[in-house]
Amino acid sequence: MADKILQVEHLEKYYQKRHVLHDINFSVDKGEVVTLLGPSGSGKSTLIRCLNGLEAYQQGTIMFEGEKVQPNEKTWQQIRQKIGMVFQSYDLFPNLTVMDNILLGPTKVQKKDRNSASQEAVKLLQRVGLEDYQDAYPRQLSGGQKQRIAIVRALALHPDFMLFDEVTASLDPEMVRGVLNIIGDLANKDHMTMIVVTHEMNFAQEIADRVLFLENGRILEQTPSKTFFNKPQTDRAQQFLDSMDF
Amino acid sequence: MSSWEIIQQSLPMFEKGFVLTLWLSLIGIIGSIIVGLICSLLQYFKVPVFHQIATIYVEISRNTPLLIQLFFLYYAFPVLGIKFSAQVCGIIGLIFLGGSYMAEGFTGGFNGVAKGQVESGKAIGLSRWQLARYVVFPQGFSLSVPAMAANVIFLIKETSIFTVIAIPELTNTALDLIGMYYRSNEYLFVLVVAYAIILIPLSIILTLIEKRVRYGSFGN
Amino acid sequence: MAHSGISVLLEGTNFTRLLGGLFVTIKIAAVALITGLILGVILGVLRTFKNRLLRLILRLYLEFFRIVPTVVLLFLFYYILPRQLNFNLPADQLATLVFALWVAAEMSDIVRGALISVPKHQRESGLAIGLNRYQLYRYVLIPQAMTLEIPATINLATRVIKTTSLLMLISVMDVINVGQQIIEANNHTHPTGVFWVYGLIFLFYFLIDYPLSWWAKRLEKRRLERANG
Repeated sequence: MADKILQVEHLEKYYQKRHVLHDINFSVDKGEVVTLLGPSGSGKSTLIRCLNGLEAYQQGTIMFEGEKVQPNEKTWQQIRQKIGMVFQSYDLFPNLTVMDNILLGPTKVQKKDRNSASQEAVKLLQRVGLEDYQDAYPRQLSGGQKQRIAIVRALALHPDFMLFDEVTASLDPEMVRGVLNIIGDLANKDHMTMIVVTHEMNFAQEIADRVLFLENGRILEQTPSKTFFNKPQTDRAQQFLDSMDF
Repeated sequence: MSSWEIIQQSLPMFEKGFVLTLWLSLIGIIGSIIVGLICSLLQYFKVPVFHQIATIYVEISRNTPLLIQLFFLYYAFPVLGIKFSAQVCGIIGLIFLGGSYMAEGFTGGFNGVAKGQVESGKAIGLSRWQLARYVVFPQGFSLSVPAMAANVIFLIKETSIFTVIAIPELTNTALDLIGMYYRSNEYLFVLVVAYAIILIPLSIILTLIEKRVRYGSFGN
Repeated sequence: MAHSGISVLLEGTNFTRLLGGLFVTIKIAAVALITGLILGVILGVLRTFKNRLLRLILRLYLEFFRIVPTVVLLFLFYYILPRQLNFNLPADQLATLVFALWVAAEMSDIVRGALISVPKHQRESGLAIGLNRYQLYRYVLIPQAMTLEIPATINLATRVIKTTSLLMLISVMDVINVGQQIIEANNHTHPTGVFWVYGLIFLFYFLIDYPLSWWAKRLEKRRLERANG
């Protein structure tokens, strides 16, 4: 059996009285790429945010690399160094240069030496084609460039696991491909373990090993990607796929 | 005497009032920023007990008029055996009032930092202190600059209330002169011009600072 | 014999007199706020129009009230209206006038700020469905600006209420003026009365202003939460 990076058991989440996640159970193996699909409002973003401790959950357990996560800020702060997360709105720190955005985690959180950290950062920047922008401020970059930097910022911590929350949803169409290629590269070349929330169906099909299909806060099906895109097990998933134009 | 002569003769007195207004304002503003910063930090880090005290202070201070605060300091406290000179009362009162305004300004700035910024900081594993140090404070201070600027102007104008405890600042000087010589037009004219000389250039400078800080931190 | 200070509040008609003074204070604040808000909304809308001269005049009006401290405003009207313009008003009405004009100035800026922050496409969509200017403001811009401006308006109200403490300077019989009379009249029998009288007035102001500013804060917080998703 492959190593499990993440196991989620009986997770329940409420916003006040609204029950937004119902009995979520799944796990992610090392090196596996899981995509979360489902209509808007199905709870995909809420779920992926729970996995990084940004949303509190009321019941259930999350196990990360075999250890149960104590749901408090201190524990999450430790774990977040091993989980990279990239958001829809990129959220680079506007008061820092590109390089300082990238180095903040390695130098301050992981206390790495700034020189070696920045050498590494340059390599990562080269990989996303932005090595000339080290000293630029986020305001000087396009949306696609910012999102690529945000990915580098997450990778700079050497995470074991990446979460991508609709990272192309607010990009101009011509920027989308560049960002998706980087994520695809991470999956194929680096065998990075990741969970991807996306509306890009072609991309999901290309990259995913397995699909979790969510609706109304429930996982309706978990199937290997091939099965899901050819013949999903539930009617709801079939309807969802039919409604997407790809 | 012509109006012009009246004005000329009064200028030395106004000059003293002008200097005193500036001086009291300066001390009051610096004191307010210090008190406000301390209170907002106590509130931000939710320091037990102290953050409740800070909250109570802020609410009392910003929901009562400076005039009553001054009357309390100047007339009521001596009954308890606590006595200060008028100017010291003025400064204490101004800092008591301004501290809460500044605290609200800083807190507003910290709270104004976008949720996504805080989450991104958490996502790269920053601790609570690191998050404050590298993300929330730098951006929060920039965001609070407009409120700070408004508070600075506000506090300078509030020094005019010092006249009720007879501190010879600008307004008091003018009212005294009117009482003595009965030339209200001239003295009020000088008074308004004096405030304009302080506040117009200052508000222009503050607007420039706001723009520069905004651009420096957020690029727009 | 000296009495304990607090009894000064309960003696004779003292407490009712203080309440009477408080009523004068509240009345002036309320009338000034209502008239000032109405005038301010009109001025604020006018300030979003294209006419440059109009905008300049209204801007100067605002800046004048921004720069001159309220104490000075009160004295300007107090001395200049009767002496120069032969326009005599009782002190309380004069104060109401000054406060109303001041509120109008501040309000015009709040309204203008809210109106220009309604997204441009809202204006364009309104025009695109054939609304005229009045309809555009009435149905599209003002309702959307409203939610933005309510907290600022409440905060303005708390400022006006606090500023009524200056009424005593032009001899209006407001709560502070009444308080001072009571203190002076009872100074011999109640030497610590000053503490209690000012304490009560302090409390009065707090009890009026605190709920208002709490409300404003809550509305603002909700608005931010909604904006932040």
